[in-house]
Amino acid sequence: MSVEDVRCQEVVEILTDFLEGAMPPAERIRLEQHLAMCEGCMNYLDQLRTTIHLVGGLDKEAVPPAAVAELLEEFRAWKAP
Amino acid sequence: MLVTGGVCLLGHGRCPRVRSTPVQKGDARGPNHSYRHRRHGWSDGVIPSAQGREPTSAARAGASGEDLERVAALRRGDETAFVELVRGLHGSMLRLAMVYVSSQAIAEEVVQEAWLGVLRQIHNFEGRSSLKTWILRIAANLAKTRGAQERRSVPFSAVADPGAEAGEPPVAPARFFQHGHRWAGHWAAPPPSWQDVPEERLLAMETTTRIRLAIEALPPSQRAVITLRDVEGWSAPEVCDLLELSEANQRVLLHRARCKVRAAVEGYLEEARVPR
Repeated sequence: MSVEDVRCQEVVEILTDFLEGAMPPAERIRLEQHLAMCEGCMNYLDQLRTTIHLVGGLDKEAVPPAAVAELLEEFRAWKAP
Repeated sequence: MLVTGGVCLLGHGRCPRVRSTPVQKGDARGPNHSYRHRRHGWSDGVIPSAQGREPTSAARAGASGEDLERVAALRRGDETAFVELVRGLHGSMLRLAMVYVSSQAIAEEVVQEAWLGVLRQIHNFEGRSSLKTWILRIAANLAKTRGAQERRSVPFSAVADPGAEAGEPPVAPARFFQHGHRWAGHWAAPPPSWQDVPEERLLAMETTTRIRLAIEALPPSQRAVITLRDVEGWSAPEVCDLLELSEANQRVLLHRARCKVRAAVEGYLEEARVPR
């Protein structure tokens, strides 16, 4: 098994499958071996992980109290027609 | 054999899927059945009235006991339960609606309308999916309808990213050695490590803005998947259930979306490296 057996151009296509644990074991082992030897692909994988982390950190603002109050009015109207 | 006459002997009670599945010799051994049964994703012995409806992906989650309690509370007019639900789901509904409509204001209208829809339909909630999925689906359907109306009246908003949904590669082919080269398909311009990029830089407002813009620029299906999976933190089965995608399609869309956002961050970091 050498780094040449798996092409980097194919590796970048399947990294989400890898991260999601959706690869057949044999393929996963081949990929892991490639990653261990290929700095470019390892960097790409790290960059994807960093990206996922950054996307997960995007602000999720709280619901404005005015919106809650408005909906509560609707709820009251709904339950007491 | 652990399956007899539609009754699961692993203590899961009567299971409609087992009954409707012909038992094949040599294929219905215990472990196999146990796997199939787990895949139904029904907990607390709550079996939804979905007999004969084949899930398109594994682990479709039905309503939990907690969901059923919440629904009962809403039905009897419990304000606290309603407000809790609004606080928990309003933001997700808004972000999901934004996938389909052109502005925050319209998304807010859609979500407002969706909550009214939830109240009107709560008596019909059957528990086939989780309460969260059920509510988000109402919001998504309204947003899709609204988005389609908008595109009819405002044609320019329909301009999609050309070829974006097709099989375009996650990394520009020019970054690999070309066909005929000894190293064809291997990195010609490998991505640099981001290990030396300071954390403050990655978390800076500018990086965050680029990420938001990159997500906004995605075609709707990719935007929906990355928003739910990576922004909202939903599980793959939940997203498949809501968007009616197969697990494989969900992964393809997620991967394309992640790769584009990664490319946007890379572009920004590269720009910043060039001395001005």
